[in-house]
Amino acid sequence: MAVATVVSSRSDAIPDAWQDWVPGPWQHRIDVRDFIQRNYTPYVGDASFLEGPSAATQRLWRRCQELLALEQQKGVLDVDTHTPSTITSHQPGYIDREDEVIVGLQTDAPLRRAIMPFGGIRMVEQACSAYGYTLDPEVKKVFTDYRKTHNQGVFDAYTPEIRKARHAGIITGLPDAYGRGRIIGDYRRVALYGVDFLIRRKQEALTRLETANLNEETIRDREEITEQIRALEQLKQMAASYGFDISGPARNAKEAYQWLYFAYLAAVKQQNGAAMSLGRVSTFLDIYVEHDLQQGTLTEAEAQELADQFIIKLRLVRFLRTPEYNELFSGDPTWVTESLGGMGVDGRPLVTRNSFRFLQTLYNLGPAPEPNLTVLWSSHLPAAWKRFCAQVSTDTSAIQYENDDLMRPYWGDDYGIACCVSAMRIGKQMQFFGARANLAKALLYAINGGIDEKTRQQVGPAMPPIRDEVLDYDKVMAAYDRMLDWLAQTYMNALNIIHYMHDKYCYESLQMALHDEDVYRTMACGIAGLSVAADSLSAIKYAKVKPIRDEQGIAVDFQVEGEWPAYGNDDDRVDAIAVDLVHRFAEKLRRQPTYRHAVPTLSVLTITSNVVYGKKTGTTPDGRKAGEPFAPGANPMHGRDRNGAVASCNSVAKLPYADAQDGISYTFSIIPSVLGKSEPDRVTNLVGLLDGYFTRGGHHINVNVLNRETLLDAMDHPEKYPQLTIRVSGYAVNFVRLTREQQLEVIHRTFHERL
Amino acid sequence: MAVAMGKAEVTQCPLEQTALKLSTVPCGQVHSVETMGTLDGPGLRFVIFLQGCPLHCAYCHNRDTWSRSGGQLMTVDQVWAQLLRYRPYMEASGGGVTVSGGEPLLQAPFVASLFHRCHQAGIHTALDTSGFASLRQQAVTDLLAQTDLVLLSLKAMDRALHLRLTGVPPEPTRRFAAYLAEHAIPAWIRVVIIPGITDTPANLEPLAAYVSSLPNVTRVELLPFTKLGEPKWTALGDRSPLADVRAAGDQDVARAATFLVEHGLPARLLSPDCLPDR
Repeated sequence: MAVATVVSSRSDAIPDAWQDWVPGPWQHRIDVRDFIQRNYTPYVGDASFLEGPSAATQRLWRRCQELLALEQQKGVLDVDTHTPSTITSHQPGYIDREDEVIVGLQTDAPLRRAIMPFGGIRMVEQACSAYGYTLDPEVKKVFTDYRKTHNQGVFDAYTPEIRKARHAGIITGLPDAYGRGRIIGDYRRVALYGVDFLIRRKQEALTRLETANLNEETIRDREEITEQIRALEQLKQMAASYGFDISGPARNAKEAYQWLYFAYLAAVKQQNGAAMSLGRVSTFLDIYVEHDLQQGTLTEAEAQELADQFIIKLRLVRFLRTPEYNELFSGDPTWVTESLGGMGVDGRPLVTRNSFRFLQTLYNLGPAPEPNLTVLWSSHLPAAWKRFCAQVSTDTSAIQYENDDLMRPYWGDDYGIACCVSAMRIGKQMQFFGARANLAKALLYAINGGIDEKTRQQVGPAMPPIRDEVLDYDKVMAAYDRMLDWLAQTYMNALNIIHYMHDKYCYESLQMALHDEDVYRTMACGIAGLSVAADSLSAIKYAKVKPIRDEQGIAVDFQVEGEWPAYGNDDDRVDAIAVDLVHRFAEKLRRQPTYRHAVPTLSVLTITSNVVYGKKTGTTPDGRKAGEPFAPGANPMHGRDRNGAVASCNSVAKLPYADAQDGISYTFSIIPSVLGKSEPDRVTNLVGLLDGYFTRGGHHINVNVLNRETLLDAMDHPEKYPQLTIRVSGYAVNFVRLTREQQLEVIHRTFHERL
Repeated sequence: MAVAMGKAEVTQCPLEQTALKLSTVPCGQVHSVETMGTLDGPGLRFVIFLQGCPLHCAYCHNRDTWSRSGGQLMTVDQVWAQLLRYRPYMEASGGGVTVSGGEPLLQAPFVASLFHRCHQAGIHTALDTSGFASLRQQAVTDLLAQTDLVLLSLKAMDRALHLRLTGVPPEPTRRFAAYLAEHAIPAWIRVVIIPGITDTPANLEPLAAYVSSLPNVTRVELLPFTKLGEPKWTALGDRSPLADVRAAGDQDVARAATFLVEHGLPARLLSPDCLPDR
């Protein structure tokens, strides 16, 4: 690392901890990216330098595995039913003080879950009782009688129309009873600047808001910033309880890891967000590691130990959620997403040795779904890094890939992925998470005049149903378009209410303290059932579709005569329909007014809720029967791709990122022998597949390299596969923690195999 | 549910047009395409399966490609427009285009024209063939001039066994192999390991000697006989003559590989997945 003499004309004294860093604007204003760019060391070599786990790490992880096995048996290991979680609510907790290099737990014991009632007390109560615990009545009383929750706020304001849409499942997964998440604090700031520097900047911001006329906006900003300062003070207190003073910058790699982890820990103590992602920390941390290696104060084995133990901590993050929630999202996910690699705007790869060390944890500790390791892929990445990623994928199926060449022009080179596919500039941007609307159901509403095909209630606007014997494409499209107008409006109204209330009753003061004040907000809407809707429209357009109606006139089944092109075969006739649907719905969302002037975006992502959405949706004109799962995310429907896996990739790659800036998720499963005959062949072919898919404009891909037999065996003998990890839509899960229904769905999903 | 193939977007080949046009716009009778070919040549490949085969191999796993009728008539332009969409994958993986079948040599003018187009664009070409064709046909030698790699399937060394397994004699294939060697056209040799039939010393010993004598061979692949193609026989109201023979396992392949190496086949030629310690 280059060492420079710091010359500063400013009055700010340069902290000792910064003496070895290349100076720059980052010293005077918060600018982590500037610090990284001036100080990091790109690495273009191969993986041969990597080390195995230390003895301490192995002992520690064994202890954790024992606890995890117990947890797996019981559902949750333990719950503290008395203490609402705050940054400072719990005494320090340890796994094993002898072996822990990085310390800090959410509560006073590993895997002991805390209650987080600010999002909603009912959810906490149900979760407790589902696992055999009783919520402290005093807590219940406080959050029922004295302290209003986000959940109560939302339902106070919901309209009957929104309630009906939510109940029917045309809009679902809304964060109205739990924390919205998908906010990434810039946890690196704590390591680079220390907490006091951050507090001073927030105080200055507060001073700037001492304007003559305080309007509603300014008042809210002043309150929020004051909350942020309070959270930062609590962060220092929490660290002090573990014996660390984090008021100043970290002075070495170990401190950098520890400071950063404390910041993240404070976030997951304060918020039970649906996704609590980490950001893009590995290359930032590499600067400290590289420095210490150069100084001779750290060995490679110790550098790997830091990475391994940090990852262990991330694997233990837990939230108390209801079994229904876990059924929707499968296996207790936390989405501790870490983005690795990518390219700088100056053309240097942002790959460092630490990028390799993070992936190496999948070997040192074995595969796991968390943290959600996400490789930002560029065709310009160093070849050795590409091959190492592909190697790890074929060995563990635990990583996902997203197109850095596609996102960099939008978000620069210091963005991270929240949850699965949502890119945001770290510390400068946040999103209002909005779950998703069901496009397949909306099509049935168009045909049935707004009457729900399952509940038989008038949910959508009462329009004349389509009575034709054979469905006419233009007529259906016209009705569908009107139905989507209604859907976009109802959906956005719900989201505006939700995020208004979340800011009010469940504000993420710690995470927002690690953001700039003038943050860019997006309203992250989503769609489910894209391939079902596109195929249904294709059938209507290219074949003859006759609705079979019941006595009420509701189309309950469809008779299809003739052939029609299916999405997933790189056939423009139907792929253009899918592209149009994405664009059409995005345009409708853009026309809606949004809370805090958030910019509407769209994702094509279902997580694993494609199963639940399918359950709630009647038979569709593409031949999908009532209750059958949708394809996940932007995937083609199972078994309809006939031209091979790459044709499917090309179909998905056509969906326009410009209209779906919150991400387009594609899950790809292949058996090893079809990926290539030998291991080097498989790696080469996977690299080629990723390069090709992303060159065609694809945004995201999950890669599973697995044998169907392995999965079938794991269903029958889960005890043999405690760490079997499989990528689903946008994240990874422990296969054995999926419900049987979800396991079958994964197995039935197109596994690419061919004679 | 009826689902049309992606290639349905193309229009029918203008066969009814003039004879002159027919000769300048060769059409192919295409059975299907596989956009993620990883087993028929290096890298990721766009594989075109053609309709029609003069051999009737007892172990064929694409029984439905024998007939010359069926499939879809496509012009080179039509195939070209499709395969271009897969170029980024080919380039990134060192892959290319493979024409398989059926027997692609039956449609040599079409394949030659397609490969010529590929070569103009710098795309690697591979031909998956039994080598059963007359070299006196200009179209065949034209095609080979545009072929970067031949995947040559050797069915059996013994003449009687060859006839029994395929219905045709082995000599044309031998002449074809000699031509490839003479013109230094790289070849991968493929042998299907059928327990008790092709993995006998009587077949493998001469095979080792023969393959070792071909200087253009860069790889030898031993493919286990599988039962996965049998439903296609049944679907056509036929019965596989090898219905009573068991599928080959990894051990059968490894044993054959070991035998071949012991009998003079250079081990470096064997595809890694054939080796016993994989």
